[in-house]
Amino acid sequence: MRKTCLDYVYELAKQDERVVFIGSDLGAGTLDQFRDEMPDRFFMEGVSEQNLIGMAAGLAMEGFIPYVNTIATFITRRCYEQLAVDLCLHNLPVKLIANGGGLVYAPLGPTHLAIEDIAILRALPRMTVFAPCDKEEMARLVPQTLDMDGPCYIRLAKGGDEIVSDQARGFQMGKAIAMREGGKVLIVGTGITTTRALHAAEELAAEGIQCGVLHMHTVKPLDEAAILDRLSDVDLLVTVEEHTLVGGLGSAVGDLLLDKAPNAAGRLVRLGIPDTFSDKYGTQDELLEYYGLQGPQIAQRIRDGLNDTGARVA
Amino acid sequence: MIDLAALEREAHTVYQPLPLDRRSRDLRRLVVRGLVGGGRGHLGSALSAIELVRVLYDDVMAHDAERPDWDKRDRFLLSKGHGCLAQYAILADHGYFPMAELDRFCRFEGILGGHPDAAKVPGVEASTGALGHGPSIAVGMAVAAKLKGAAHRVFCVTGDGEINEGSVWEAAMTAGKHDLDNLTIIVDYNKLQSYERTEIVQDLEPLTSKWESFGFAVRNVDGHDVDALRRTFETLPFATGRPNAVIAHTIKGRGVAHAEGDPSWHHKSKMSDEEIAGILSAIEG
Repeated sequence: MRKTCLDYVYELAKQDERVVFIGSDLGAGTLDQFRDEMPDRFFMEGVSEQNLIGMAAGLAMEGFIPYVNTIATFITRRCYEQLAVDLCLHNLPVKLIANGGGLVYAPLGPTHLAIEDIAILRALPRMTVFAPCDKEEMARLVPQTLDMDGPCYIRLAKGGDEIVSDQARGFQMGKAIAMREGGKVLIVGTGITTTRALHAAEELAAEGIQCGVLHMHTVKPLDEAAILDRLSDVDLLVTVEEHTLVGGLGSAVGDLLLDKAPNAAGRLVRLGIPDTFSDKYGTQDELLEYYGLQGPQIAQRIRDGLNDTGARVA
Repeated sequence: MIDLAALEREAHTVYQPLPLDRRSRDLRRLVVRGLVGGGRGHLGSALSAIELVRVLYDDVMAHDAERPDWDKRDRFLLSKGHGCLAQYAILADHGYFPMAELDRFCRFEGILGGHPDAAKVPGVEASTGALGHGPSIAVGMAVAAKLKGAAHRVFCVTGDGEINEGSVWEAAMTAGKHDLDNLTIIVDYNKLQSYERTEIVQDLEPLTSKWESFGFAVRNVDGHDVDALRRTFETLPFATGRPNAVIAHTIKGRGVAHAEGDPSWHHKSKMSDEEIAGILSAIEG
């Protein structure tokens, strides 16, 4: 997914002289072709996230379109004030490419787990937040970012992620994609949790429980209509996120229901990571299981929810 | 070869304040007009920067109040955004907006906030106020000018307390790396931050060799000596292929004798009519 994303940045840069790339201290060989062919627009500026964002802001004020890339925790936490003031306040078209969103860096521990990135980015006015589910969807997303107004955040998954998106369903920023229709249950996922939601839906379908799956690749702005329009058909609305339950997709959906469909709020079950730092290492999949976010676990939570025996949050 | 010993001698020159001429006093009265309009303001921080903005806007920078977005203008960033009354005074004087806006400083209906807002104020390039942001934005702008082959320059005024921020030095490293001789960082070195003297809160010395070691060509200058400032900026770039740093030795509250060098004048609010009269009368000298 990261390679796909950066390959498209390279393609955009070849087509459009306004595109510049700014990295921190990325892996050896990253975008070598970009550097070799367009050295003036390739910047690797060191481990200085505040400076990267400010510099990107200055370039954007002068008409350039910077794509900034580093690890998700550092491009969010370390330079949050620069994101708020330099990018969002000025509404500048700077794209943030965040390596390792969620639990990807499981073996590296909590310093590298970006599990509150969506919450803090979503809190910033004018920021758009994307979490595509696989590399093919990434390929549809990146070209669309070129001419969008204001800053955006692109949360990258681990790489080698199962392909579940489909060209035929298209891709439009801010428009959720129905990956699976029908049933009395609607699961809303973002990023790779959409894939886990699909696994759960398949498992439940075999038992005669039909679940719709809505892929919220754009968490902000939230596609409110996609949820509200389906509410009357569902007994259970389940959000699944590789993110803390504080302020992410589940919170966004919960806010929506409280504001616009309060009677439906009791039908919402939010699955995610509890308000804690991870105390385990291992792999992304192991941590997803630890937090109850793999397909079979989601399926069980839905069975519990339908029987009204489960708690309403993870 | 850089004569570091000479730079250090220059850095430790003791500057004797010159009398302020009429223009410098007029600009200070505009600062006070804003202060009265808002009932508050960072007076000391604005008064130390008056001659810096005066010389830049009067004598150094290419700019046009009729065309604030003129492509060939030199860019100016007041990274120490709290000193904005100094910039508002010079922008109003040059006709970027009506003088009467100063009377609405910090008010609900006004465009001039306690920190400058690029979306509201003609002539303000970037919204500043969170400290330590200006230098990186300035680096981006200077890189952009080089990419475009444009001749305009970028000037960025920082506070001295402001350069406690690590982001300033991240930007300094990048400026040195990219040979940004179209960039000038000006440190308003009034040696007094909000709480106390800089040497007590976070000593910046040796400041000249700090900037030098980051790749900058450095000049020290009396930041209230208009002629000395002109002479300094006339020689830009100080060295081909190196970013420029001007360490402007200033006096916080300069021009209001009873405020000079007193940290309690960093920011003022709830001023009585007598205090205002005292400030104005002090400016008259």
